[in-house]
Amino acid sequence: MLENYLPVLVFIVIGGAVGCVMLAMGWMLGPTRPDEQKLSPYECGFESFEDARMKFDVRYYLVAILFIIFDLEIAFLFPWAIVLEQVGWFGFAAMSVFLGILVIGFIYEWKKGALEWE
Amino acid sequence: MSELFDTVWGWGEFVWSFQIVQIVLGIVALMVPLMLCVAYLTFAERKIIGYMQVRIGPNRVGFFGYKLWGLGQPIADAVKLMFKEIIIPTKANKFLFLMAPVISLATALAAWAVIPLNDFLGIADEVNAGLLFVLAITSLGVYGVIIAGWSSNSKYAFLGAMRSSAQIVAYEIAMGFALVGVLIAAGSLNLREIVEAQQGNLGFLDWFWLPLLPLFVVYFISGVAETNRAPFDVAEGESEIVAGFHVDYSGMAFAVFFLAEYANMILIAALTAIMFAGGWYTPFPAAMVPDGIFGLLIGSGIHWFVIKTAFFLIFFLWFRATFPRYRYDQIMRLGWKVFIPITIVWLLVVAVMVLANVGPWFD
Repeated sequence: MLENYLPVLVFIVIGGAVGCVMLAMGWMLGPTRPDEQKLSPYECGFESFEDARMKFDVRYYLVAILFIIFDLEIAFLFPWAIVLEQVGWFGFAAMSVFLGILVIGFIYEWKKGALEWE
Repeated sequence: MSELFDTVWGWGEFVWSFQIVQIVLGIVALMVPLMLCVAYLTFAERKIIGYMQVRIGPNRVGFFGYKLWGLGQPIADAVKLMFKEIIIPTKANKFLFLMAPVISLATALAAWAVIPLNDFLGIADEVNAGLLFVLAITSLGVYGVIIAGWSSNSKYAFLGAMRSSAQIVAYEIAMGFALVGVLIAAGSLNLREIVEAQQGNLGFLDWFWLPLLPLFVVYFISGVAETNRAPFDVAEGESEIVAGFHVDYSGMAFAVFFLAEYANMILIAALTAIMFAGGWYTPFPAAMVPDGIFGLLIGSGIHWFVIKTAFFLIFFLWFRATFPRYRYDQIMRLGWKVFIPITIVWLLVVAVMVLANVGPWFD
């Protein structure tokens, strides 16, 4: 069972190693001639006005919260989808109730304006 | 007794090391062609979009004095980027700044571990949670983007990362629901069993794209949005935020991001081919496939998987040449208000089709 995942682990390690090796090659082969202007953050040639760690729109945060809820529901659907043939119409009805509750929440969000971006 | 133990232990170690060597060789055998595909995908993109815009595209760089339609271009690009300086801005968080491209590339490549190439080839294709692994590892890709944007400590990079991560996260839900539809239809998480569930005598009519047509369309468009490709490329948005999250990257660090983006495109195209277009199965009905050499060419095999992947890749390029960029509020509306309702409704339709044994797919 678990030994099936050994190649996956090796693959992840090799994938990371490829990225590191490429960066290291660029580091060794490329020049390093730093100066103050070159190393300043890019802002169309201006001096940067203030710190880049600034306030950002709360809607990004809202999207992240909604994502967690929906992604969790997808995680619940995964095992159900696999065994649908075994659980039959009863399983279908049970999941319909679950999806129904999810849809009610979704309609509430929609009406509340949580999905509006403007 | 201890001698026996040593012998057994030695043999075990030997076999173990052999297995690792086998795995590593397999991965290299998959990764080298994959990297070549990535390199030549950038060339194909420039060439195809060039012809779509009545230009010729790159046609100068060749090998040994021969121009060869510009086939040397991606190699020349790679060599050029290798000899460029990697600039690390003074304000940046250095460790995270260098980690971000590695995370992007590692996640884009690692998902290939569970992809079956044909009925026996694949690295870890017998993993029974293949699709779950793909979903998990591609979700990790968003960390590369957000860490790059944050660690650059630049406003453009930060804005690009915020936009990109919200967009990726929004389309991941539609994508997840589409995957659940595939799972209902196939009844397995293993990607090879998903392909085998699409086998039949009718050729391309047996594949899941037909019963899952809305999910297929939603999945592919979500895939385009997930990879931040045009027309969903507000994360890069060169006309407003210059290059988005990788604005402060240069040289090889930029090249790694670039490779990751194109590797992700190939991955999405390959997954679409596997889940909706019958993987390595031939599109011709079984009755039409003759015996002999010609039958091998027309019959099922790895070449059909490659052809289908290339077919879906063309769409990525075609979209870029055709559509203007979406506005950000339009992107969010499409993801949340159009795709999620469609996928939820079609999930129930697919479940009914499976339980009612609607042929020819589910009987």
